[in-house]
Amino acid sequence: MESFLQQVVSGLATGGIYAALALALVMIYHSTNHLNFAQGEMAMFSTYISWSLINAGVPYWIAFFATLVIAFAGGVVIERLIIRWVEDAPVLTVVIVFIGLLMIFNSVAGWIYSYDIKVFPSPFPDQPIQIGTLYLGPHDVGAIAVTLIVLAILFLFFRYTSLGLAMRAAAENPESSRLVGIRVGRMLGMGWGLAALIGAVAGMMVAPIVFLDPNMMAGILIYAFAGAMFGGISSPGGAVFGGFFLGVTENLAGSYIPFIGNELKLSVALVIIVVVLLVRPSGIFGKVTVSRV
Amino acid sequence: MVTSTVTPKTIKSPAARTAWLNGRYPRVAAMAVVLVVAASLPLVMSDYRLFQFTLAYIYAIALLGLNLLIGYNGQFSLGHGAFFAIGAYTTAIMIDRWDIGYGWTIIAAGAICLVVGFLFGIPALRIEGMYLALATLALALATPQFLKYHLFEGWTGGVQGIVIDKPEAPFGLPLNPDQWLYFFTLAILLLAFVLGWNLVRGRTGRALVAIRDHRIAAQSMGINTALYKSLIFGVSALYTGVAGALSAIVIQFVAPDSFTLFLSIFFVVGIVVGGLGSITGAIYGGFFIQFVPNIADAISQAAPWAIYGIFLIVFMLVMPLGIAGFLAILWHRLIMGRLASDGNEGHPTET
Amino acid sequence: MSALLQISGLEAQYGLTKVLHGVDCRVEEGGITTILGANGAGKTTLLRAVCGMVKTSGSILYAGQRIDGKATEDIVRLGIGHVPEGRGTFVALTVEENLRLGAYTRKEKNKVAQDYERVHRYFPVLLQRRQQQAGTLSGGEQQMLAIARALMLGPKLLLLDEPSFGLAPIVVLEIFEIMRTVNQEEGVSMLVVEQNASLALNLADHAYVLETGRIVLDGPAEEIRGDDAVRRSYIGY
Repeated sequence: MESFLQQVVSGLATGGIYAALALALVMIYHSTNHLNFAQGEMAMFSTYISWSLINAGVPYWIAFFATLVIAFAGGVVIERLIIRWVEDAPVLTVVIVFIGLLMIFNSVAGWIYSYDIKVFPSPFPDQPIQIGTLYLGPHDVGAIAVTLIVLAILFLFFRYTSLGLAMRAAAENPESSRLVGIRVGRMLGMGWGLAALIGAVAGMMVAPIVFLDPNMMAGILIYAFAGAMFGGISSPGGAVFGGFFLGVTENLAGSYIPFIGNELKLSVALVIIVVVLLVRPSGIFGKVTVSRV
Repeated sequence: MVTSTVTPKTIKSPAARTAWLNGRYPRVAAMAVVLVVAASLPLVMSDYRLFQFTLAYIYAIALLGLNLLIGYNGQFSLGHGAFFAIGAYTTAIMIDRWDIGYGWTIIAAGAICLVVGFLFGIPALRIEGMYLALATLALALATPQFLKYHLFEGWTGGVQGIVIDKPEAPFGLPLNPDQWLYFFTLAILLLAFVLGWNLVRGRTGRALVAIRDHRIAAQSMGINTALYKSLIFGVSALYTGVAGALSAIVIQFVAPDSFTLFLSIFFVVGIVVGGLGSITGAIYGGFFIQFVPNIADAISQAAPWAIYGIFLIVFMLVMPLGIAGFLAILWHRLIMGRLASDGNEGHPTET
Repeated sequence: MSALLQISGLEAQYGLTKVLHGVDCRVEEGGITTILGANGAGKTTLLRAVCGMVKTSGSILYAGQRIDGKATEDIVRLGIGHVPEGRGTFVALTVEENLRLGAYTRKEKNKVAQDYERVHRYFPVLLQRRQQQAGTLSGGEQQMLAIARALMLGPKLLLLDEPSFGLAPIVVLEIFEIMRTVNQEEGVSMLVVEQNASLALNLADHAYVLETGRIVLDGPAEEIRGDDAVRRSYIGY
């Protein structure tokens, strides 16, 4: 039982990583109506920027917030420079642009920083937290807390501020948004900035665990994508839940189903998700959209 | 307004000329030229170049299948690398273990993929859009894991994969193996092309497009959407499986790491860059997949994928409808331009 | 009376197809103008042109100021509310959020709050549906929401694109009654595009008939109603 709980806890820790990025994916979906495949690489790149700052002697939290500002600006620039031109193009055209961005970020990061793995500091203490017989990694706990805080802030922002509302409106129906006076282009730019910012948070929380390298996000992005879909792409809370669920399921399947082991645990987690999607095609917490004929 | 009562045979009105230019003859002529050029390439090209072209054709076959599914039926698959892998492994195992003739293994690979694709298409009916992308993505991710899985190693060769021999040209044809496989692949591509063309131009094609554009309306017109959707999933898997089988023969080697998620992503890149919902688009896409990474590498060895990414973005910004869509617009402009110089407007101005 | 909206020589095209061929029309301060015409006559294009949603040539004067060539967002800020074809509600957002968005450009909190109450007086059903997603409303309720949202802008001029489209006759009557009230009590001018000519002519004080992108007839609503050709083509008796 104790080892079972320990497995759940360490599953939650990895799940927290997936959850953070899943949240970023859902946010950009909310404010742009696109699933951004380059999200993970943007997060990775932001993390490299903060690594550079920290290495240059900037204190962690200053580097942290400076990175957020840079990431936000970078997101806005990408939207205004590239994405706006394909705003009306077919969905798959946009997807290909995202794949292009993904390759550029990955390649440029490798070129500037090399593909060597780097250690990234954690802002949290290193003493493990002990509850009964369970041991919790302080960074895991801290990362989960940060994820939940970001989630709460976003929820309040989108729900209660008029800027947040305008961003949702611009994503849903650009034409009607213009008719109520919303500057749609600006909103989409902000949406990208915000998503890049969340991605940067996720990257800086993930890097101490998986170490920093240009490919660190590739695997995580897939999990995050799966988690977001599982929870329901229309629901930020659902995405966070989906991320945690995936982390725990994967860990438990790996340790308790004998013939699976580490080789197939990813497959098992994905199969579970697909089966769930067959039952609930819009995800666990997703809104079922009514289609009119 | 043209009010000519003279038969178009004697005096070609601009409208008749437009119809002729938009009709089948220019296309057939263009295709004949392309075919002649393709058939004479072995005379002028090195074996290695020929091998690259063969691979481009193979990708084109796979893209043709994927385009039937995504472009014509609107089902998004990020998992066709899996069918490519199934086709390749079917061929490799049959040749390696049972010494079966490669021609038969291709048929077997196609048949197996047809069945697997059809079966996968049935649960896929319940999910759409990005959710279908996720389900198929899972398929693509799981593929290398399963190919490496230790219980299957006796068949798949595990991480090492399987090495097979390159077939010689039959009937004493004066061709070396590379040249023979080039023609062999070209012939299959042609067959795939013609079959695909017939499929999308007929009743089935109209049903597929109707389902893509408005599933509920299609259903209420009596189209069995479930059957068509899973059937086209099977057919597209068949195309991709045949391509996979050919790739195993041409490369003489299969291994799990050739069939990662990237393969599936490249397929999607190929059909979008080539042109969604366009049969000829598959060929442009095949060449893109095969040659653009080389070009990118030649431009910058330090960050080739950044160059590739820039290529992708520029292609999409300039040609949001893919190469085929771009050419169609260009062709249309050309015709309109000719008409304008004839001093006539192409369309009446009122609707 | 002076003209609030003055359109002259307006031309518009989609691709190669020209839709408006030099249209002249005006809306008086405090007046209701209607534009009648069959499908494809260019009515919707005309309204969209006023809001800067199609490229045009010619001039559009609003309160004495050129607005053609301006961005939609800026035109809206001048006090032009547009109830678009197909209603254009934000279907995934709640009714309340739709109304909040209507007042997005306005800073004066008190007046917005007043307007919020006022539109609920006109359309009490929206208050009941406050927390519901707009997409789940009936067609009539969606049209009410669309009009209410445009009113939340505090407009001086309201553009309405076929407010009767697809609605039950009793709902249509209710909506037109409210439009009349808004016009009379608040002095909001209106430009109404309609296929239901008899309804529109009852409401409006001035009417234009648009056929394939040209104004073929115009005059006081009374007069147009009496016109034999109009009666046969658009009213149907």
